[in-house]
Amino acid sequence: MASHGIEIKGLYKIFGSNARQHVEAVRNGLSKAELNERYGHVLGLKDINISMPAGGITVVMGLSGSGKSTLIRHINRLIEPTYGEVIYDGVNVCGMNERDLREFRRHKTAMVFQKFALLPHRTVIENTVYGLDIQGVPRSESLKKGQYWIERVGLSGFENHYPNQLSGGMQQRVGLARALTNDADILLMDEAYSALDPLIRVDMQTVLLDLQAELKKTVVFITHDLDEALRLGDKITILRDGQVVQQGTGQEIVLSPADDYITAFVKEVNRGRVIQAKTVMKPFDGLADGVHIEATTTLEAAAKAMTESGQTKATITDAAGAPIGTLDLQTMMAAMVTPAGSDTSKMAAE
Amino acid sequence: MAICEFLPKAFCRFPAISDSYIRQARQVIDDGFRGLVREYGYIIDALKAPLQWFLNYLERLFTTSPWTVVLIVMLVIVYFGSRSIRITIGTAIGMLLIGLVGLWEDTMTTLAIVTVSTLIAIVIGLPIGILMARSERVQGVINPILDVMQTMPSFVYLIPVVVIFGIGKVPGLIAVVIYAVPPMIRLTNLGIRLVDKEVLEAADAFGSSRGQKLWNVQMPLALPTIMAGINQTIMMSLAMVVVASMVGVGGLGRNTLQAINNQFFTYGFLNGFALVAIAIIFDRTSQAFGMRLQRHSEVVHG
Repeated sequence: MASHGIEIKGLYKIFGSNARQHVEAVRNGLSKAELNERYGHVLGLKDINISMPAGGITVVMGLSGSGKSTLIRHINRLIEPTYGEVIYDGVNVCGMNERDLREFRRHKTAMVFQKFALLPHRTVIENTVYGLDIQGVPRSESLKKGQYWIERVGLSGFENHYPNQLSGGMQQRVGLARALTNDADILLMDEAYSALDPLIRVDMQTVLLDLQAELKKTVVFITHDLDEALRLGDKITILRDGQVVQQGTGQEIVLSPADDYITAFVKEVNRGRVIQAKTVMKPFDGLADGVHIEATTTLEAAAKAMTESGQTKATITDAAGAPIGTLDLQTMMAAMVTPAGSDTSKMAAE
Repeated sequence: MAICEFLPKAFCRFPAISDSYIRQARQVIDDGFRGLVREYGYIIDALKAPLQWFLNYLERLFTTSPWTVVLIVMLVIVYFGSRSIRITIGTAIGMLLIGLVGLWEDTMTTLAIVTVSTLIAIVIGLPIGILMARSERVQGVINPILDVMQTMPSFVYLIPVVVIFGIGKVPGLIAVVIYAVPPMIRLTNLGIRLVDKEVLEAADAFGSSRGQKLWNVQMPLALPTIMAGINQTIMMSLAMVVVASMVGVGGLGRNTLQAINNQFFTYGFLNGFALVAIAIIFDRTSQAFGMRLQRHSEVVHG
């Protein structure tokens, strides 16, 4: 279980030779386009403030060019910030000297990459113990740990294969095993599943969720896929053009998108898998009839339970089983379909 | 030319610096060089001594061992380097033919000098190549030097080498090394620079130090390219061995030189073919070895 969250405070990243000089101007409202046009500098991140809870999965979502990969590289400082702080366990990662930073990377963080970034000349097991090799752990010890994690990610029997002999999904399992073998608190996943086929991607998401339920690491997950973000994220941060546009749980983002940009995003989302029963239930009317469903169940699961038992009404219970509300089929359907947008209501008014 | 009647003289005939100035300058430079060599002769001798010893030792080992032993050792090395029966049999046939025409000993002498010069070229070239890959500035300084080294006619190398080190085997060896080292340096540099940026980033993310990155990632991934550099170095040593015979290197090169001077047509070609045979053996073996190093990158999965 990870003990410390990650606090990102007032982080700026400007790419260019005189980056620091322009921080003030950007803070005072110089736009990305203006900065590029006038000074030839590229604005990567602007005033990022995110608190990533310990033991939870924080998803940073954005389209390409939104700065999400730049952001995750600030957490282990593969990219130097122009301004701002990344605090872990009371220490500013951005202020560490070279030696401390190396120790921090060796023991506190592990990273999984979009293009796997495995060592092609090492076998699966040798790749898995790579982090421990770097730490100087003797092979007699590291191979045991590596073997354990290879089994956990479902790669038994492939220990002595080379990465090129494996499919993309399997290579990323090696990437995940390599990160987990490091036994670090922080797990950084940079578009880890973006290069995988949809089915394998869902598979790997399940692997991650299962492992996370047990390990409770502080996971930072980068993705451009909202469905993936909603499935994995305890907390979701949406980036656009290097700025945070909205932060919150999946439900909050789907139910109250902050602007048109996010509204456009969430329109295509399967809401039944995101919205929980307690969010749309009606107050408890005293009749504990129908199936009993726990408050945090998603609407899709609730609908399934209700159809299977042939009921049109369900009683929502808290974790202890006490009834706290009711849910009928109609309310549920209304919540699951995308609400009519402003366009349609305007047409109706005319 | 008629046109010269209308032009100032300087525009018509190139106004060279007068001969006497050039003579003086040459004298100053040459005397300076000789003085330097005379002054620091003991340092030069001290530098030469270990090379001399190593070269003599290897040459004696190659030439005095029974040819059967040498051939067997060679075949074993070729086989384990290439893992190819064809190359091994080819080596056996080539070496037997060389022995049949009476060039065995000369071939051994040449083999010794090529081995030593290749080893020295690797020892010098590898670290320089690594330094170049690490620093743009070092690359900026060394690249033009390599350009000059590679375009300078090989005969010209012999002049400073002879002036400084005199005539003999070791000066020849040094000339060969100077001629053969540039591809080693260049391909080491290139190999390291071509290493996948993503893998390097992963090495950084796991907290590798510079040394760990070099030995765990950069060198292994650059190895196929470095092997190509070694292969080139061997080929260039073999070419330069003939030229270096002019300053006293023995073996097949000297025979070739004699054949040129005396118009021994057949003898010259026999020596030439012997050189070709060794070149092919070295080339095929080192290439096959390089390919084997890359086996992990064979895409087995579709």
